[in-house]
Amino acid sequence: MADIVATPKSHAQGDHHDVDYLHDGSLMSWMTTVDHKKLGVMYLWSILFMFFLGGVFALLVRLELIAPGRTIMDAEQYNKAFTLHGAIMVFLFIIPSIPAALGNFALPLMLGAKDVAFPRLNLASFWIYVTGALIATTAMFTGGVDTGWTFYTPYSTTTDGPVALMTFAAFVLGFSSILTGVNFIATVHKLRAPGMGWFKMPLFVWGIYSTAIIQVLATPVLAITLLLLIMERAFGVGVFDPKLGGDPVLFQHFFWFYSHPAVYIMILPGMAIISEVVPTMSQKVFFGYKATAFSSVAIAIVSFVVWGHHMFTSGQSQLAGAIFSFLTFLVGIPSAIKVFNWITTMYKGSVSLAAPMLYALMFLILFGIGGLTGIFLGTLSVDIHLHDTYFVVAHFHYVMMGSTVIAFLAGLHYWWPKMFGRMYNEGAARIGAILVFVGFNTTFLPQFLLGSRGMPRRYYNYLPEFQFLHQVSTVGSWILGLGFLIMAGYLFASLRKPFDAPSNPWHARTLDWQTSSPPITHNFHETPVLKQGPYDFFKPFEPSVEGYHE
Amino acid sequence: MSSDSHGHAMEHAFRQHHFVDAEQQFETSKLGMWLFLATEILMFGGLFVGFGLMQSVYPEAWVAGHHHLDRIMGSVNTVFLLCSSFTMVMAVYAASTNQKSKTIINLIATLAFAGGFMVIKYFEYTHKFHDGLLPGRYFSYAGGGPPEQAMFFGFYFAMTGIHGFHVLIGMGLITWILLRAMKGEFSSAYYTPVDLVGLYWHLVDLIWIYLFPLLYLVS
Repeated sequence: MADIVATPKSHAQGDHHDVDYLHDGSLMSWMTTVDHKKLGVMYLWSILFMFFLGGVFALLVRLELIAPGRTIMDAEQYNKAFTLHGAIMVFLFIIPSIPAALGNFALPLMLGAKDVAFPRLNLASFWIYVTGALIATTAMFTGGVDTGWTFYTPYSTTTDGPVALMTFAAFVLGFSSILTGVNFIATVHKLRAPGMGWFKMPLFVWGIYSTAIIQVLATPVLAITLLLLIMERAFGVGVFDPKLGGDPVLFQHFFWFYSHPAVYIMILPGMAIISEVVPTMSQKVFFGYKATAFSSVAIAIVSFVVWGHHMFTSGQSQLAGAIFSFLTFLVGIPSAIKVFNWITTMYKGSVSLAAPMLYALMFLILFGIGGLTGIFLGTLSVDIHLHDTYFVVAHFHYVMMGSTVIAFLAGLHYWWPKMFGRMYNEGAARIGAILVFVGFNTTFLPQFLLGSRGMPRRYYNYLPEFQFLHQVSTVGSWILGLGFLIMAGYLFASLRKPFDAPSNPWHARTLDWQTSSPPITHNFHETPVLKQGPYDFFKPFEPSVEGYHE
Repeated sequence: MSSDSHGHAMEHAFRQHHFVDAEQQFETSKLGMWLFLATEILMFGGLFVGFGLMQSVYPEAWVAGHHHLDRIMGSVNTVFLLCSSFTMVMAVYAASTNQKSKTIINLIATLAFAGGFMVIKYFEYTHKFHDGLLPGRYFSYAGGGPPEQAMFFGFYFAMTGIHGFHVLIGMGLITWILLRAMKGEFSSAYYTPVDLVGLYWHLVDLIWIYLFPLLYLVS
């Protein structure tokens, strides 16, 4: 727990209150900062680096699959490449992406708070993340791991390589995730601005709050699972080893008890961003605010009781399978409520097609495909055919990448002016967005076809009749890569300019926009007193921060 | 709050700038601690589920395994932890009512009980090591019995080991608040760390209350 000795002297009547938070750029001020904004930015650079690394492995995997047989690597290297792609993207990129990077930056601002509840814990959480990342990197360079990111037993307890180290890295990263979750829940409960009741909170906060609940309740189970796996490798205890009387399916139960809720740790924050971008970019009051807020909580709750749908073919009882299948369908209800509400919010609004909104619209299309194919896979009989095929790969990439990453990009473009005080080149951003959309669909639509025709996932080699679709998919990955390259170009270019972003470029009503861009060190000159709801676009704008003018 | 310009020196000294007042800070810290305790319960929960599941599959091995555990030592340790929880409560109460020396005495007593627990744990462990009652492939007990005892001792060492690790962390935290109490940093206006370490310590105690019958009193 954060110890709570403060140094009140330094905060007395400071002059440094009024300078923007990027003003002190010295290395030490970044490394030891307890400012949620700086920590958000440090997380942002870290996860973007990990996204790049995981992306390189993805491109290598796709390149290998351009032709059957060996193209650029052998089967063992291929197994390691897709494991690293998965483990990096899941544990080092997506899980911390929106909550820890954008959430850290925006959540306290949106609540009208000066910081998160436990700023030093926040700093600790960041360095624990870095430690986990370094351990994972060590595992990669000392032989690599070929288990897939799911570490299924008994393969993971018998294969060579630094599996225990990689598992320990995931354990450490989980610890960082738990501490962030604890911090955010306490922040939402205790640090809302005067006048901000629960139903006056921006929907982004609801989404991040629901995510934090899952982080806090599910991650410890992963922690103990990974510890048992490490013990299994070190001592051969046999809990997961049928040879010694253990049960490998127990590992799957334990693993998915965390990892299925973790899927919602990934998607809920994405939905949270869309709930912010859609009403602001449409300048329209949010349709069905409470339903959307509660649907986040509902998804968080249901997420804990659907893990068995990963084990339809693992020897689970038929009754359990049927129950898990039914419960899985339930997730569709709160998700659909959100989609209907986003679309209805846009209806008759004045919709802007700036980059954040382009990404939000892409999200609606791609999440529609990803969500509905999830229903196919949740259906018991259909899943028997599709289990462990490319259909599953395509489905979860539509949800994880097509939805979460696209929503992350929407959020990145939305808050970029606030974070760094600069506008990026809008034209370049639109070109990049279109390339990402085209590239993504070219990569993953063919994989639905491949999967339904029987191409198994994770295979190094394939039958010649699958080659055309694999080639289309590989070409798609290049278009996608080009889109990201352009994005990196205009985003970095914007950082070379002087501050030019207005404090509220999108004319939003939430508190994060009622301070300068970039914000001052303590976020607001005066504590905001909420005057308007977050999406009261039907009323004239009335600032909640004294002395604020657009 | 401008009202703390007179008096409440302590409250002011330990209040972080992003909280409105000491009460908000106290409640926030407490909420954070409860959330952290929830994660601890879920983590041990995973172990309990695995333990119970395997017990239902291999009841004979579990009964045979628990015969190797020393009930007397386990009971003494249970009493130690129960007493330490009591002295911890007294320490929190003393800190919240400005009784510095009582706080210090109770914290030292808590530390002593915790230390006693670890000493007994040490003797239990060395005894097991000596008899070859070790997890998994290192199990080399000469007295026979069901082979799944190796798995029982895997759970035994995982559960008591992780618990013991929590006791050690608790001892570190108690030492830390003891030093701060000696410097006179706590008062009725500010005793949050004592309260939070107390909460943590009760959880460590509570987990042992479950571990003891599960491991030592199998029937």
